[in-house]
Amino acid sequence: MALFSKLFSKLRSGSISEQDWDEIERALIESDLGAAAAAEVVATAKRNRGSDSQAEVIAILTSWLSSTTRTLNLATDRTTTILVVGVNGTGKTTSVAKLANFLTKSGKTVSVAAADTFRAGAIDQLQTWGTRLGIPVIAGAAQADPASVAFDAISQAQKSGVEILIVDTAGRLHTKSGLMDELGKIRRVIEKSSPVDEVLLVVDATTGQNGIAQSKVFAESVNVTGLIVTKMDGSASGGIALAIERQTGLPIKFVGYGEGATDLRPFDAATYIEGLVS
Amino acid sequence: MFDSLSVKFSSAFSSLRKKGRLKAEDLNEICDEIRVALLDSDVSLDVAEEFISKIRTRSLEVLPDINKGINPSQQIFEIINEELIEILGGNARRIRFAKNPPTVILLTGLQGAGKTSLAGKLAKYLKDQGNTPILVASDLQRPNAVTQLQIVGESIGVPVFAPSPGNGVGDPIEVARAGVKFAKEKMHNMVIVDTAGRLGVDLELMKQAKSIRDAINPQEVLFVVDAMIGQDAVVTAKAFMEGVGFDAVVLTKLDGDARGGAALSIAKATGRPIMFAATGEKVEDFDLFYPDRMASRILGMGDVQTLAEQAKKAFDSETSSKLETKFASGEDFTLDDFLDQLQAMKKMGSMTKMLGMLPGMNSSAMKKQLENFDEGELVRTQAIVQSMTPAERNDPKILNGSRRARIALGSGRAVSEINSLVDRFSQAQKMMKQLRNSGGRGLPAGMGLPSGMALPGGMGQGMGFPSGKSSGNMPPKKKSKSGNPAKRAAEGA
Repeated sequence: MALFSKLFSKLRSGSISEQDWDEIERALIESDLGAAAAAEVVATAKRNRGSDSQAEVIAILTSWLSSTTRTLNLATDRTTTILVVGVNGTGKTTSVAKLANFLTKSGKTVSVAAADTFRAGAIDQLQTWGTRLGIPVIAGAAQADPASVAFDAISQAQKSGVEILIVDTAGRLHTKSGLMDELGKIRRVIEKSSPVDEVLLVVDATTGQNGIAQSKVFAESVNVTGLIVTKMDGSASGGIALAIERQTGLPIKFVGYGEGATDLRPFDAATYIEGLVS
Repeated sequence: MFDSLSVKFSSAFSSLRKKGRLKAEDLNEICDEIRVALLDSDVSLDVAEEFISKIRTRSLEVLPDINKGINPSQQIFEIINEELIEILGGNARRIRFAKNPPTVILLTGLQGAGKTSLAGKLAKYLKDQGNTPILVASDLQRPNAVTQLQIVGESIGVPVFAPSPGNGVGDPIEVARAGVKFAKEKMHNMVIVDTAGRLGVDLELMKQAKSIRDAINPQEVLFVVDAMIGQDAVVTAKAFMEGVGFDAVVLTKLDGDARGGAALSIAKATGRPIMFAATGEKVEDFDLFYPDRMASRILGMGDVQTLAEQAKKAFDSETSSKLETKFASGEDFTLDDFLDQLQAMKKMGSMTKMLGMLPGMNSSAMKKQLENFDEGELVRTQAIVQSMTPAERNDPKILNGSRRARIALGSGRAVSEINSLVDRFSQAQKMMKQLRNSGGRGLPAGMGLPSGMALPGGMGQGMGFPSGKSSGNMPPKKKSKSGNPAKRAAEGA
């Protein structure tokens, strides 16, 4: 969006017109920030505008970010459990593999549990990743009860003294209450033997306003602790993630930007906000 | 599906309806409301604005005329409906078949749009229509996408052509080419080629997709898109349009509460119709996309046509003609007939989904009711009836206390539930008699559920809503309507 750099040079020079503000609003709407939020940014920026309008817009967007810590909550004296959830097709399995790789590289021992027993081939997909990355995958049978797979996985991980267990789950639409209950069950069953330290919701950067409903329902069902925003290497700038952060307070912890094992990095606020407005 | 959009349209229109005569300012007001509704529904900014300006112009032109008519707001409504249908892709189009089989269908789209699942659904759909489809596994990128397709193919009994193991090994162009050749040799009349997900900005993969296209020369290139996609939809769709080119759009994950507005703009921005819609996790959750139906759904007019079609599918003609004969001959409607109907209703799918298709279901109060609907009621009612002996089903009058206690034990329900089912059943029977005596017109084909027939607890009075839990905030006008969805549709029209 060259439009934005052009606008911001105008913003800086202070010669910004009503029409320019309008274009800023349009650009924010097109980032999936939401129509009302975009209007709010512009209204607030207009009101607060000091000498630097660009800084003002960025400051407003930054102030909407969650103040919760973005580092993973890792236990030191037992196996840490990370549950990965989300709607279908957002990239959960790929994110699990990348996260496992990221944590292994930072010196932890990691196992992953293939508790997506629903989608055809999901277990194989994770196992292929496991072989590629040299990370043990604990899997049950296809169509098995995911909670029991998760339970076996945590028992096995504890026995072998693995530091971190990442549990992949089947994609589910947040409107299917039966499936959301199943997710709650997976969590409860794991908690019978060990606390769940992180529940990461995977959100596709191309998602529109439906992302808000998704995150609210998931947060309610499994007590989500943070977000992984995927597919940030595409043309979508993922404004919905900021909208989610603002409305739910859930921090974006990781960003996925490719299909490779290393295409995952911890969230960086400055890069992200810049991506929204540049 | 498109729910929020319908809710917003409903509220915009209810304020408009209150006004008798319309002024130009009223139009501006409603146009602003519709703009926000469209944007919140992920319709792209440009498409939303173009839509609004068209509505505004058309409405202003006819304003003097429509104010002469009896119901001005109704006519504005019509304009919006027409324009929506246009955005949604005009008239639905079917798959173009090749003059010399096989007909080749190529699936493209972003990662995670649901191409592989859709390949299975499409194959099942085509197979059910008497075709002999074969699936070709050209997604060699995503780990075990090939395995996934093979499992899907096996479950629906459609062969899968998968010479390359995938996981980054093999050439998708060669696989596609060989797949079509194989299909020709084996006399398959349709080939569905699944490809890897790719980003619109990835020029190299776009080039690859184009090479696949050129290698197999498909009759239809389908762009598969997640109904939850946001403003990026138009950017991505245009990138695919330029990079590969596509002939029609398939919307997936429409069973969520995604407003799906972006998909509407894809059709508008690329000029390609939406051909199919995937609406659930199961392979049969797939249908043609009907723009007119979707438009009425968005406007809160309900999707009665789909409902009627699903009913027709579920109530086989044998069951309904049996019922009609029974009704005409003056025989009593028995619990066995009722059981048949319950089973047919279960075949129609989730009640919540079915009820959601009815007109007027878009207000938030109705939404709550639908959410609270307990699908289990159907199963429990069935259990009660199935715990009765044939004699009891034929003549519920013989149900004395001890029989009822036995049924309660057998079905695992309380005796009071048995009582209320029997009570309501005999009321319904009485009503059927009255109906017949008043010159009964027979049951509409395929829709055998008599008015007032009630399932205990769940399907309460007439309308079939959870009666116990929430009838308090139910709009009264709904209650007076017929319990027969087909009849109600006629009333509502």
